[in-house]
Amino acid sequence: MKLKRFEEAVGFGILGLSAITVLLILCIIVFDITKKGAGAISWQFLVDFPREGMTQGGIFPAIIGTIFVTFITALFSIPLGVSAAIYLSEYAKEGRFTRFIRVSIRNLAGVPSIVYGLFGVALFVEGLRFGTSVLSSGLTLGLLTLPWIIATSEEAFKTVPQSYREGALALGATKWQSIRSNVLPSAFPGILTGGILGLSRAAGETAPILFTGVAFYLPRLPDSVFDQFMALPYHLYILSTQHHAIEQVRPLAYGTALVLIALVFMVNLTAIILRYRYRKKFSM
Amino acid sequence: MDKIVTKALSLFYGEKRILKEIDLKIPQNNITAIIGPSGCGKSSLLRCMNRLNDLIPESRIEGQILFDGKDLYAENTDVVEIRRRIGMVFQRPNPFPKSVYDNIAYGLRINGIKNKKKLSEIVEKSLKDSGLWEEVKHQLNTSAMELSGGQQQRLCIARALAIEPEVILMDEPCSALDPAGTFKIEELMIKLKQQYTIIIVTHNMQQAARVSDFTGFLYLGQLIEFGHTNQIFTIPEHKLTENYITGRFG
Ligand SMILES: Nc1ncnc2c1ncn2[C@@H]1O[C@H](COP(=O)(O)OP(=O)(O)O)[C@@H](O)[C@H]1O
Ligand SMILES: [Mg+2]
Repeated sequence: MKLKRFEEAVGFGILGLSAITVLLILCIIVFDITKKGAGAISWQFLVDFPREGMTQGGIFPAIIGTIFVTFITALFSIPLGVSAAIYLSEYAKEGRFTRFIRVSIRNLAGVPSIVYGLFGVALFVEGLRFGTSVLSSGLTLGLLTLPWIIATSEEAFKTVPQSYREGALALGATKWQSIRSNVLPSAFPGILTGGILGLSRAAGETAPILFTGVAFYLPRLPDSVFDQFMALPYHLYILSTQHHAIEQVRPLAYGTALVLIALVFMVNLTAIILRYRYRKKFSM
Repeated sequence: MDKIVTKALSLFYGEKRILKEIDLKIPQNNITAIIGPSGCGKSSLLRCMNRLNDLIPESRIEGQILFDGKDLYAENTDVVEIRRRIGMVFQRPNPFPKSVYDNIAYGLRINGIKNKKKLSEIVEKSLKDSGLWEEVKHQLNTSAMELSGGQQQRLCIARALAIEPEVILMDEPCSALDPAGTFKIEELMIKLKQQYTIIIVTHNMQQAARVSDFTGFLYLGQLIEFGHTNQIFTIPEHKLTENYITGRFG
């Protein structure tokens, strides 16, 4: 009896320690980047173009570029991913075919992002002749995010109680009516969280946009989806490894990293708040 | 008149035979109780009647179910329409995570009723019919999830009544309720049978005896006995029925 209690205490201890370690790592990263990057942050830094060979000025076009490309990614991957998840969880009969689809999706999720980049070049840049553009990059990131969106949405649909579906059908709802009015709203918080997490990861990717549309430097903002763009992760990559005066631009690199992290945090926070509001409204 | 008739109805889940050649006649504007130990197939039988078993991929029936004389499982049957005409109340109250009002308006809206005034009228009438109006009339816009279990179940009944079905299937509607909630629902059923044909599954013998006009005893997927409730509970023909209603097993 005593031994058991001891075991339990040790178990809890280890679990708690793991949690604290993870939290600590996160804190250290955030703290380090904040400390080194805060000095670079100013209003000017956020709204100015890079100047003097990127040793001066700000990162405005990279911020806008990242937001723009992520928007395209969302537009493409969320409707498609959620639809696929609806098909898989609500319509498809379990069988060899659906198993095959699921295995494929899981494998796609494991494909390295640089491979998506190359695929994007072949399909969007050259195949569909979108050129190196926001559109090509957004679609490539969309492909990368798709497996994640499908998996998290399907998970969300699975958590909707069967009784919501049956209740609607028993009132003479068609399958689609029950999905639209009962299943989707209940799964919405899960879809939202999954979607936003997926997008915030996509926003931080470099490899898929590398050959498909991101530019080293642009003196203007992209004027259409067929234009090239600058992006925060790529800008960060250049400042920290490809620049001719790396030491000199180090603070700018940290500043860029800080903005990228802040952006991702803000997006995730929005997801949490939306989810909370939604939960409260439906008090489930 | 018989509203629903089953002829040699068998139900299979995959290879497993759940119901065995059931012949049953459900008389109109009466309450018919289906009793039997748990797992004997009561819910499955009920779910054949509004074709909710269609949702189970492996399920298949043999025999026939006639609804107003028409084959429920015929090729050209409109399942959606069938479910409008044969409503169902489930074992666990299953209000949708919407407001009280929207729960009841749900069935109306999917039937194309958009007029606000008409919606409100029917919502009020359904809530009155289910005896819930006085309790919720000031909180029509609060979430149905905040009601008590008994209120939720009456809301589900109101929801079923709103689209004016001809038959109401009730699968152990009181099993999650306290005695007060149970009493209200039994009262309600007796009132409703003027207008509706009601089939209630219950494993509560007293309840079957109290509310029903006819009773069928189901055992291991077979209909052992069917008849007037009085007769079943006083002079059952079968030993099994007698043993069950006297509480010797179940
Ligand atoms: N979806 C299903 N798939 C396979 N077997 C099932 C399914 N649902 C119920 N059963 C089986 O059918 C039998 C009858 O179940 P049910 O109709 O729920 O009984 P009751 O309502 O009388 O308790 C049980 O043996 C149960 O295990
Ligand atoms: Mg049951």
